Amino acid sequence: MTALLDLQDLGVCRNGRPVLERIGLRIGAGEFVGLLGPNGAGKTTLLRAALGLLPAEGRSSLAVMGNAERARAAAFMPQGREIAWPMPVESLVALGRIAHPGAARAADRAAVQRAITALHLEDLRHRPATELSGGEQARALIARALAQESPLLVADEPIAGLDPAAQIWVMRLFARLAGQGGGVLASLHDLGLAARFCTRLVMLHQGRIAADGPPETVLTAANLARVFGITAHLARGPQGLLFQPLDIIP
Amino acid sequence: MTARRYHLLLAGLSALVLALFLASLLIGPAGMPLGASLAALFGGGEDILVLVMRELRLPQALLGAMVGAALGLTGAVMQGFLRNPLAEPGLIGTSGSAALGAVLAIHTGLAAAWPLGLPLAALAGALVSVLVMLLLAGPRGGTLVLILAGIAISALAGAATSLVLNLSPNPFAANEIVFWMMGSLADRSMVHVWTAAPFMALGLALLWRIGPALDALTLGEDTAASAGIRLGRLRLAIVGGVAALVGAATAVAGAIGFVGLVVPHMLRRAVGASPARLIPASALGGAAMVLAADIAVRLVLPGRDLKLGVLTALIGAPFFLHLILKTRRQGL
Repeated sequence: MTALLDLQDLGVCRNGRPVLERIGLRIGAGEFVGLLGPNGAGKTTLLRAALGLLPAEGRSSLAVMGNAERARAAAFMPQGREIAWPMPVESLVALGRIAHPGAARAADRAAVQRAITALHLEDLRHRPATELSGGEQARALIARALAQESPLLVADEPIAGLDPAAQIWVMRLFARLAGQGGGVLASLHDLGLAARFCTRLVMLHQGRIAADGPPETVLTAANLARVFGITAHLARGPQGLLFQPLDIIP
Repeated sequence: MTARRYHLLLAGLSALVLALFLASLLIGPAGMPLGASLAALFGGGEDILVLVMRELRLPQALLGAMVGAALGLTGAVMQGFLRNPLAEPGLIGTSGSAALGAVLAIHTGLAAAWPLGLPLAALAGALVSVLVMLLLAGPRGGTLVLILAGIAISALAGAATSLVLNLSPNPFAANEIVFWMMGSLADRSMVHVWTAAPFMALGLALLWRIGPALDALTLGEDTAASAGIRLGRLRLAIVGGVAALVGAATAVAGAIGFVGLVVPHMLRRAVGASPARLIPASALGGAAMVLAADIAVRLVLPGRDLKLGVLTALIGAPFFLHLILKTRRQGL
């Protein structure tokens, strides 16, 4: 299996202090990987270093590519949902096509249409993106990343600030992308949704990978206590994996 | 925003620029007959008419269009690049440094001794600002460093200009400097056109294909970089291109404010807020605005030599306030 992303011994130092150390991670087609960890664990740093947006030690298969090649290998949705100008949603989604400067106009239009349909943005397509609600903006930005049509999608907290239905909907969309042979790497704070929809979880703790594997093997009581300082209830019921945080460990 | 409507807008703006260009050729204190004026421009006729048309009116109209287009275009580029509607072409310090070069040329007598002395000194000033900028903001320097370096260069150039004024030995030189800094297109010749043209062409060439990159920057630097945009190269192209255009414009016309700030604002909604589409529209809009303002200074106070830069600021600032009020009403 060819890896969509291959990190070997990746490390990032800021002001002489290591914020990311000895990260090894391989993501293949069909995987929806949830990147977990408390605030400051290094999730955003890992995603940015993996994409080559941050100078880092070690090797990332994406960072060694040229910009244009990388844009066709991975799309990125950063955490800050910045939209500087009041562009219509349709134009915003079409920004994803900048990664394909040589593509035919019809191919661009088709890709934009697919992304708009996938995120149910049909009714909003002519509205200025800056006038939308936070959840609608997030959907438009995800559509922009989808329109890039790269095998790997990297998203930094894509479901933060969305209502429950929209959250489930985005998680389902990502799972479907993975099911269709793509790969998704998303940092998440909602452990319950991560447990239900991700095929694999990677838990970061103080800049290192503390656990990596299927949800049930990662969300163990020991890992949760050590990394997050919480207790939780994890059960497999008829509706799949159920996860509920319970209390803080004093 | 469909492509059709955008092309209609560009066609409309082009027609407006053309009409104002013709008006600029035909309106003036000499009050010459229309037909004879045009005949003098293209064919021949009375010697004095040919002289006025080809040596005075034509360069003034050409420079109006060129300077306006340069200011409008660079305003759109700077706003798009910095994702800030308050950005303007002077932000990287070029106009201040070009003005300093011009002021030094006036002060030392170079401008009086040699007609090309002033514009070339201004261009040298602009070049120095670019070198300092590249040294400070470098290929790995971020956008914030660029803005801060621009502010520092502007402040330094402003202080040096004040120093020259301060130490000016005679009031006439000081007077000339102050009037030059107000910005004007009066009494320019084709020499000015040919001095500015190659630098403006260089600036255009550097900024020719940056549209998609500016569009991508709408969603921030990380998104743009991950979509394949090389930000370091983009920064260099913008510093070089904006400096060439603004330096050339300042060298031949002095400081003409507010065009680069207001014109992109006026046209942003009309182009669907796309920074790439705003660039050509803003260039045309800037040309129209400066041509119109230059015609207005000839008509409003014909005998008093009202300066172009004074008028653009007088019209531009209230218009800007009006835009702010409108934006406030929309609750944005």
